[in-house]
Order: sequence, then structure tokens, then C-alpha cells
Amino acid sequence: MITACAVDDLPVGESVVVTGDVAIAVFNADGEFYAIDDTCTHQDASLSEGWLEGCLVECPLHAASFDLRTGLPTCLPAKRAVRTYPVVVRDGVIYVDTGGQEAVA
Amino acid sequence: MRTVAVVGASLAGLRSVEELRSQGFDGRIVVVGEEPHAPYDRPPLSKAFLLGAQTAADLTLSDEDFGAEWRLGVRASRLDPSTGSVLLSTGEVVRADGVVIATGGRPRTVPGTASLRGVHTLRTLYDAVVLQGELVPGARVVVVGAGWIGAEVASTCRALGLDVTVVEAAAIPMERFLGPVLGALCADLHTDHGVDLRLGVGVESFAHNGKRVTGVVLRDGTHLPADVVVAGIGMEPATDWLAGSGLAVDNGVLCDHGCVTSIPSVVAVGDVARYRHGGRHVRHEHWTNASEQPVVAVRNLLAGTSAETYRPSGYVWSDQYGVRLQLAGETGGADEVVVVDGSPDDRRFAAEFRRAGHPVGVLAMNDAKLFGRLRRGLTAVS
Repeated sequence: MITACAVDDLPVGESVVVTGDVAIAVFNADGEFYAIDDTCTHQDASLSEGWLEGCLVECPLHAASFDLRTGLPTCLPAKRAVRTYPVVVRDGVIYVDTGGQEAVA
Repeated sequence: MRTVAVVGASLAGLRSVEELRSQGFDGRIVVVGEEPHAPYDRPPLSKAFLLGAQTAADLTLSDEDFGAEWRLGVRASRLDPSTGSVLLSTGEVVRADGVVIATGGRPRTVPGTASLRGVHTLRTLYDAVVLQGELVPGARVVVVGAGWIGAEVASTCRALGLDVTVVEAAAIPMERFLGPVLGALCADLHTDHGVDLRLGVGVESFAHNGKRVTGVVLRDGTHLPADVVVAGIGMEPATDWLAGSGLAVDNGVLCDHGCVTSIPSVVAVGDVARYRHGGRHVRHEHWTNASEQPVVAVRNLLAGTSAETYRPSGYVWSDQYGVRLQLAGETGGADEVVVVDGSPDDRRFAAEFRRAGHPVGVLAMNDAKLFGRLRRGLTAVS
């Protein structure tokens, strides 16, 4: 688990990037938190800088759109899914479960 | 409608096929592509691909064939709308009751250089492979034209450690779109990164040894030694195959506001389409336009009438020297440019182009998130 940020620091519609083995973007989509790979599978662009609409984030570079729940692209130019990660909220802090490599006390 | 011929198999052609299927067309689709490759993404050709960081396989645009018949490595040589037939270079005649023209264009070349080795243009994967083969250590590169392609090629060549000179006839690159201040800023990106930038001077001639280019002579008499010359001086729409078709052609295929030509069963999309917008005909040579136009063109093709109007986003991006530039809207129509975030000196900012106080365009440098918000607040000029 890696620490993303305090719940209070991630208002609705906002995102934050945390670094595990790869950069991970954490979103607050209408009160629900989601974590996906930050880098678009099409070309090098940060999805955390994308446009959030419902559970879809649109890549800021070429408008590829990904579903935050599944990581699947909904249109070209992206063809491959981004990875999704479980998000845990505990004591007002958002954590991303990257598979347990980096334990947080 | 039973059969649709899509002529052109790059982004606009592929997106047309995709739209035909997603809008419910379940008939026969024949796609004709001059290049032997399945649709691939061109923007990396001047960037990651040219640098060697991406392979041809990385450029593939789609893994699906959409149940279409793909005639690749084949040219369309004639269109006869009266019989609905497209004649191919193989001799095959495709009978279609709908045609999507997506033939794009060809790079403008410098007159008199056709037989000269070392002088390049860049549009296709083939062009990029040939150019890449000449970007060897020690090669001196002269880029003619400081537009998007020229700037990106110069940037990639610098990343490869090559000496680069950029020659631009205009005093300020891309001033028409960026205005004098931001145009000059883009010019600074070159000099920031060690490019010898020659503005306001055109090319007079090319020096050569009979086979290869050896240098570029400028109008002011300067002789620039060169092993490789790349001309990024624009493109011409590929319309020669439409001679005798009856379609109106004038710097592109003329269309109405919904990308429909003078014949309702023929639409045009992408770089080749010159459609009616705001009282005149306009044509765009950009990726996003090629991706978005087919949505409207296909809808109107299937409807048999121009029911929907195409509204361009005017979105363009460029990666140069580690800087991400994004541009949207109709910046050419602005009477005021205001930096609304960051600072041009830091190479991280967003600027709004305004007309009569309304935002009509936006340019961002390394400011993607704000750019996304600003572009959604733009007002159409016309």
C-alpha cells in the first residue's frame, strides 16, 4: 500500500499522482476514489491531467478515454487498458494498494 | 446503402470505417490504401519513432479489421460517381453506393531536388525510415521550414546529438496562428536547445556533388553545409485521382458544412476535405480533425443528406525539446492574447486568445490540465 494523500486534499473532480513502481493517478470522481496507471497506453501523457467526466477520464493529449472502474479504453486512439488499483480510505487518508510491495505502517 | 468505399487508409479512413460500423452500417466496406501498411499513427514519425524510441509495430492504430475488405498497397486511380465506381491501380473496379474520400495529401517538395539524395520530406512511415537511416553521428542537418513538422524534426535531431540549422522564410514562425509574441517564444525553443535558427531568409538553392546534397544556399548568400536536408514546407491535398469525377476540387475536395461533396453519396474527411465553415471553405491538416470529422461525415453519408454540421475543435499538439505545446480554437481570429497561468519564461504557461473579450483560442506549454479546462470554455468565432 502506498499513501496517496488526505481525503481533504482531493476534492471532487481533482486528481493526484503518486509514485509506486510506476506513476499512479488517483481521482475523486463524484466522491468515489479510483486509482489507475497515470500514463496513457497510447502515448506519453499524464492521465491525472485529463478531463474527468463521471467515471471516464479523457487523456489530455489525444482524447483517448478510459473507464476509471475497469481501466478499459472507450475509444481510439488507445487500444490497451490501463491498470487499476484498489483504493483504501482509512482515518481520512487515501491509500493505493499496489500489490503489497511497499508497506505503509 | 450496400457498399461503401473508403479511399485512404490512414487515420481519417480508419475512423470512417469505425464510424460506419458504430453507426450501424452492416454492409460491405472496401478500404483502399496506397501504402502497404495497415492504418498507423503518423505523429510519432517526427518524434519518438524518428528518435528510435518506438518501432513501426508501436504505431499500429487498431487491432480490428471491422469486417472490411482492406486493399493495401493499392491506389485509387479514378472515381466515377455516375456509376458509383472506384477504379483501382490493380484494375479492380469497386462498385459502391457510398464513397468516403480520405486520401490526405503529399508533402510539398522543394523544386529541383527530386533527384538529389539527402533531401527529405516527412509524412509516411517510409519517409521516416529513410530519414532515420541518414541521421548518423556527425550528420549536419538543415531543416527548411519552422512549422510543426520542421520544429519536431529539429528537436529530434538535437536529441540525437546532431548539429541542426533551421531556416524559416518568415520573420516569426507560425505567426498567423500564434501571434508575434508566442510565435517568437516558439522560435526561442530552438535556440534554447542549441539550434542555429535563421529567420526571415529563404532558400536560394542547394549545393550538391551531382548525387547528394552538400549544402543549402540562402537568399542572403549564406552557405550552410549540410549532409541531410529536411523540408517541412506544407502539403498538397491528394486529389489528382479525382480528375474527371465531376467533383469540385480546389485546394482539396470542396464539401458543404457537413463534409458532403456536390454528390450526396460522396463525403470527404481529413487533410483532403475543404469544407464550408463560417462563410468560407477551410481545410485542416491535423490529427484531431482527421479523427473527428468522420463522425459527422459518416452520419451525413448514411443519412443521404448533410443533416449535421461539422464543428472543428482546432486542436493541435506538438512535442518539442521536452516541451508539450497544445493549441485549440481559432487563434488566428484573436485581437488580444493574455497569459492566464504560469510564465512563458519558465516554459510553462497557458495563454488565452480573445476576440472582443471572448476566449476563441488557447495555447498551453507544459500546462495540459488547465489547457483541457480552457479549451472547453472557448467561443466559436463564426
